[in-house]
Amino acid sequence: MQICIYPIMTYFRGVWCIMEKIIPAKERLTKSSKNRMDGELRGKILVILCAVIMISATISITIFLGTKGLQSFIKNGVSLIEFLTSTHWNPTNQASPEYGALPFIFGSFAVTFLAALIAAPLGIGAAIFMTEIAPSWGRKILQPVVELLVGIPSVVYGFIGLTVLVPFVRAHVGGLGFSLLSGMIVLSVMILPTITSIATDAMGTLPKNLREGSYALGATRWQTIRKVLIPAALPGLLTAVVLGMARAFGEALAVQMVIGNVRNLPSSILDASATLTTIITLNMGHTTYGSVENNTLWSMGLILLVMSFAFILLIRYLSSRRKL
Amino acid sequence: MSTPTLTRQVFDIMDLNLWYGDHHALKNINFPINKKEVTAIIGPSGCGKSTFIKTLNLMINMVPKVKMTGEINFNEKNILDEKIDLVELRKNVGMVFQKGNPFPQSIYDNVAYGPRVHGITKKKHLDELVIKALMDVALWEEVKDRLTAPALGLSGGQQQRLCIARALATKPDVLLMDEPTSALDPISTLKIEELILELKEKYTIVIVTHNMQQASRVSDKTAFFLMGELIELDSTSTIFSNPKDSRTEGYITGRFG
Ligand SMILES: Nc1ncnc2c1ncn2[C@@H]1O[C@H](COP(=O)(O)OP(=O)(O)O)[C@@H](O)[C@H]1O
Ligand SMILES: [Mg+2]
Repeated sequence: MQICIYPIMTYFRGVWCIMEKIIPAKERLTKSSKNRMDGELRGKILVILCAVIMISATISITIFLGTKGLQSFIKNGVSLIEFLTSTHWNPTNQASPEYGALPFIFGSFAVTFLAALIAAPLGIGAAIFMTEIAPSWGRKILQPVVELLVGIPSVVYGFIGLTVLVPFVRAHVGGLGFSLLSGMIVLSVMILPTITSIATDAMGTLPKNLREGSYALGATRWQTIRKVLIPAALPGLLTAVVLGMARAFGEALAVQMVIGNVRNLPSSILDASATLTTIITLNMGHTTYGSVENNTLWSMGLILLVMSFAFILLIRYLSSRRKL
Repeated sequence: MSTPTLTRQVFDIMDLNLWYGDHHALKNINFPINKKEVTAIIGPSGCGKSTFIKTLNLMINMVPKVKMTGEINFNEKNILDEKIDLVELRKNVGMVFQKGNPFPQSIYDNVAYGPRVHGITKKKHLDELVIKALMDVALWEEVKDRLTAPALGLSGGQQQRLCIARALATKPDVLLMDEPTSALDPISTLKIEELILELKEKYTIVIVTHNMQQASRVSDKTAFFLMGELIELDSTSTIFSNPKDSRTEGYITGRFG
């Protein structure tokens, strides 16, 4: 019963050495395995606990957001159709409040797609440059650039956008400067590193023999990139873009600082506008918990959640199509 | 350079030296390769077989810091010349790799890749080339009903034959094969060997193999490489029955490598 004098956390190997001298083989087998089982169990419980905490946090947030988000429709009698399709947002009008969130839904989608439109070609282009054109020095320069871009906090992006971009757009393009255009530019810079790094992975993990196969048939570098490598990496490249879009869709602070935050549907890219996230952050402070307006903000939050599920499903689908 | 036998030669390699940085990987190689013959290259691993075969279509240029001296005459033209057209060279000298590497595209698109890259766009012409190439590798019957199916759905042996078809579709003179069966099961290996014997009616074939039975079964000439040197090059029967160099004998009788 050598084991008993050792504390619970005894290092197995130490035990093993001692046991080997004293306890017969048969017993040793059972003892040591029992002790090891205890350790196994502790480890198992620990990691199960981590998983349970994570899962229950996610589920509680989802349930909470679900119930809060639906309250405006169920309890306050706001029409779901109006909420999703009307362009009139005037919840503070005492006589006849209006709850049309379409301008913000539209704003969210508009900045997201426009930002992706700029960032996707840039990011994928940079990825191809790093993996195919100049793998040695290209990567050495671009990798830190990408990492730096990730590290800049969104408030700084917004601040730069506000001080540099907004006046620039006002002076050289037109309008007030606070606009969809400014929002999309700031967002595209913010999602560029996401797209670049995932696209670089997608290109970099392609098997080397694809390139060889193509070159050996007399293809040039561009033919190889266009006709073999990009199609082969396509699911990964699309995943990169979708992840970038998911980030753009959820970004609030930086967008809020440059987009102007008006409640009208924008009629041009130079018009000020608003997104779901910016309306939530702007209004959550001065609405009372439980009021109709506050509840409609939760409904917008629910839309954000639903959209992020949609993005996740899309990414799942894309990665299941990865053939290599 | 103009010896009377030259017309029979597709390749004539003279005093070829190759360095990877400081590492002298090929040393003074003199190696004529005859038309419509199968030349096997054998030797222990690391002796420079792959390096040598990759010089013939200049795939070696993809490796950074490679330096070469000497001449590699292909159809009487030195391809180590600066002005060589790589696209044209690789169209005429096809290559098949150790492991089948079909593109993640359809069977048809894989075979049509080469011709398309070389500017053929007409559907009818492409169809002809694809069918012909697939017939040449005896894959046509197996895949004719699923030409649009992904090539990666084929078995390993089929994939390798598809890669041979892909190389043949550009109508090359020479087919280079670097251990084309080393990743295949015995039955698929046998099929590829039969294929090689058929293909040599039309093509010049250079095959690297670590399997000496394979070399003796499929080749007319065998070259033995050792530590970057071409030790012996002769008819396959001579190499296997009556080698002149004791090192060749040592290798084929299994004393080393
Ligand atoms: N890309 C490379 N860079 C540096 N050395 C290489 C490279 N490829 C091969 N070598 C070296 O050249 C020699 C010949 O290699 P290789 O031609 O691949 O041999 P084999 O195909 O006969 O096994 C080996 O010593 C190998 O280490
Ligand atoms: Mg090799």
